[in-house]
Amino acid sequence: MSFAEQFPIVFAALNEGFFQTLKLFGVTLAGAIPLGLLIALGVMSRFKPLSAVLKTVVWIVRGSPLMIQLLIIFYMPGMLFGHPIWGGGETGRFWAASVAFIINYACYFSEIYRGGIQGVPVGQSEAGQVLGLSRRQVFFKVTLLQMVKRIVPPMSNEIITLVKDTSLARIIALQEIIWAGQAFMKGRDGISGQLWPLFFTGVYYLAFSGLLTVLFGKLEKKLDYFKV
Amino acid sequence: MSVLEVRDLRKSFGKTEVLKGVSFDLNEGEVLSIIGSSGSGKTTLLRCINQLETADSGTVTVAGETFFDGAPKKQKESDKRRNQLLVGLVFQNFNLFPQYTALRNVTLAPRLLAKERPDYKDNKKAILEEIDAGAKEILTKVGLAQKMENYPCELSGGQQQRVSIARALLLNPKVLFFDEPTSALDPELTGEILKVIKGLAQEKRTMVIVTHEMEFARAVSTKVIFMDDGVIAEQGTPDEVFGNPKSERTKAFIRKFHE
Ligand SMILES: Nc1ncnc2c1ncn2[C@@H]1O[C@H](COP(=O)(O)OP(=O)(O)OP(=O)(O)O)[C@@H](O)[C@H]1O
Ligand SMILES: [Mg+2]
Repeated sequence: MSFAEQFPIVFAALNEGFFQTLKLFGVTLAGAIPLGLLIALGVMSRFKPLSAVLKTVVWIVRGSPLMIQLLIIFYMPGMLFGHPIWGGGETGRFWAASVAFIINYACYFSEIYRGGIQGVPVGQSEAGQVLGLSRRQVFFKVTLLQMVKRIVPPMSNEIITLVKDTSLARIIALQEIIWAGQAFMKGRDGISGQLWPLFFTGVYYLAFSGLLTVLFGKLEKKLDYFKV
Repeated sequence: MSVLEVRDLRKSFGKTEVLKGVSFDLNEGEVLSIIGSSGSGKTTLLRCINQLETADSGTVTVAGETFFDGAPKKQKESDKRRNQLLVGLVFQNFNLFPQYTALRNVTLAPRLLAKERPDYKDNKKAILEEIDAGAKEILTKVGLAQKMENYPCELSGGQQQRVSIARALLLNPKVLFFDEPTSALDPELTGEILKVIKGLAQEKRTMVIVTHEMEFARAVSTKVIFMDDGVIAEQGTPDEVFGNPKSERTKAFIRKFHE
């Protein structure tokens, strides 16, 4: 088969894989952004046991490879309960991967949030308080935007890393774009022994992370009118 | 009539007692300067009166309202907020809100407060215009007519401090407190702040000023308190405290400033 004949077939397969990649990316963000905030609040809580437990969890998650976490979350329940909880199909693999990614990224995000929250000087909320603002007003009118400004640059770094990290889900055979590209080595849709589709997946990652870089750059610019 | 009454106020941080029973009164229209060496408890005293810190015992009354009655129990937030409007505090490092212009820094609290008025919905436009007009007038008075639309990062330290004074003034507090309002400024910028405060004194605003500017304190205040190690070592008129100090500690402290 000539390249011109291969290309549409590969393109379709990679698009399908990339759709799965984007789904994992989106679900991870949707879960990790709020969960990270809860973890951050828990770590900062004055209730020491909660803070200690969460600190340990964050340390373990950030200190070990995401690939191992994926394997543990996918295989451990089966080993413990004697039967797999995720189901064998693509849907099961997707949810296992999502859980692993959400937990992992929530821990990274929590540290960023914590830095953002603690980075706003106490003088800001004290100034709000002596002006008679309620706690709610102090949070929404004074500190929130300053926090957002502080966390946008580190969050954009993490989120761009997440784009590329989704490829790790390949380890539990999630049919994301790397998996789709690799299939053309072993043989798929009448094409085999071809490496170029796998290499070509890089273009997708580049394009998507490029898009995100531009978007985050715009957001940072928008918040540029003040300094914290 | 005394507008501020502080009785036997005590406050410890852990084992260190920082305020060891502080009592004083202030009449309407008076200007009180608090002087004293570093660590003597001046900031803590201001923070306790302004409800940023909860004292351990003693009482604080402002314009007849009990701010603190010695019981360190949790006050209701609504009471605390209502009381809060009777006092204003200008911080050493301004604490302007960086995301708002000078004008919005000044109007933020009054605008939020106005939302709680029953007639807000009907008169929204008029109410907000009135607040903005008031803010512009005060900003003009402190010499910032040209800087209203600037963000804090675009202003000098002296200008920022003038915005923060305007911000406190617009709420028209019964007593306005200053914690070393010029200490974070370059020496050439302190003059503009002291001038603003002198103007307020001439308008008979009741003020309490913690300061290390001795000449200014002597010139502007009607009453001076010298704090030493958590107690009031001496209080009186500026001429009494500066001209004829009784306590040895006061003498030593003032001598140090004349060297
Ligand atoms: N939050 C706190 N926790 C523990 N100790 C504190 C706290 N705030 C103040 N202190 C201590 O209380 C003492 C008095 O502090 P304070 O800030 O009231 O002094 P000050 O008279 O304002 O001094 P300065 O002239 O340096 O501003 C100091 O010894 C200080 O270390
Ligand atoms: Mg101080």
